[in-house]
Amino acid sequence: MYDEETLSELLRTLPAPPQAWVRAAQEIPLARRGLDEIVERAEADQAFRAALIADLESALEAEGYEHDEALVEALRDRFSAT
Amino acid sequence: MEAVLTDAQLVARCRAGDDDAWRELVDRFSRYVYAIVVQAFRLPEHDAEDVFQEVFTRAYENLHKLRDDDAIRPWLAQLTRRLCIDTLRAGSRMQPGDEPVEEPVDVDDTIADIDEALSVHEALATLPGHCQEILDRFFARDESYRLIGEALDLPPGTIASRISRCLVKLRTHMEGRNPPSGASGD
Repeated sequence: MYDEETLSELLRTLPAPPQAWVRAAQEIPLARRGLDEIVERAEADQAFRAALIADLESALEAEGYEHDEALVEALRDRFSAT
Repeated sequence: MEAVLTDAQLVARCRAGDDDAWRELVDRFSRYVYAIVVQAFRLPEHDAEDVFQEVFTRAYENLHKLRDDDAIRPWLAQLTRRLCIDTLRAGSRMQPGDEPVEEPVDVDDTIADIDEALSVHEALATLPGHCQEILDRFFARDESYRLIGEALDLPPGTIASRISRCLVKLRTHMEGRNPPSGASGD
């Protein structure tokens, strides 16, 4: 049977991985839809970056990206973190 | 309390393209994959991160090949194990000499322990939120009473008793669920 000591040990067995690793894995579907490409371009192109920061959704639409709420949210997180 | 999706339900939603379900799947299994990589195979940090990302990337790409959605856990374990071995082999090719690469001798036992630990974590997820929070902070994140007290706005004197009560709830839940010995998780 489980006693409290065994449960304590088992809870200690699974520490959390670094948050950045988890977030990167969670963003795999978004990466497939262009997240990484947009971020890289924003880093290389100041005008594009400024347009994204000023009005994210309009800037994406102007560049031909289809509206994708999850992608927009992830980009907001990325730009608010920098 | 919010209903917890079964592994099979979660996999089905991921396969249907539900991003929230994918985030939940990564959240549910990230500790498991991480533990196999760093505890069972003891990979160094930079290799561990590469394997961790590759496991989830391949899982995302190959989820449609999973024949039994309930088997996501052993499937991820096998995938992680294979990628760890590949990484060890790649590392050995960079070294002089030609010694064959083998898994650590205790890898099966360690993975069995990790499987059991994940079952406990899954049981933890069904407890009231305040129990999940305090047990996770104290045991998994190794936070002090002082830090927990500040984060949860609790007097330090009540923390030990709350942890104890929550452990009793967890034990009751585990005992009603399955026996600890012989549970393979497969």
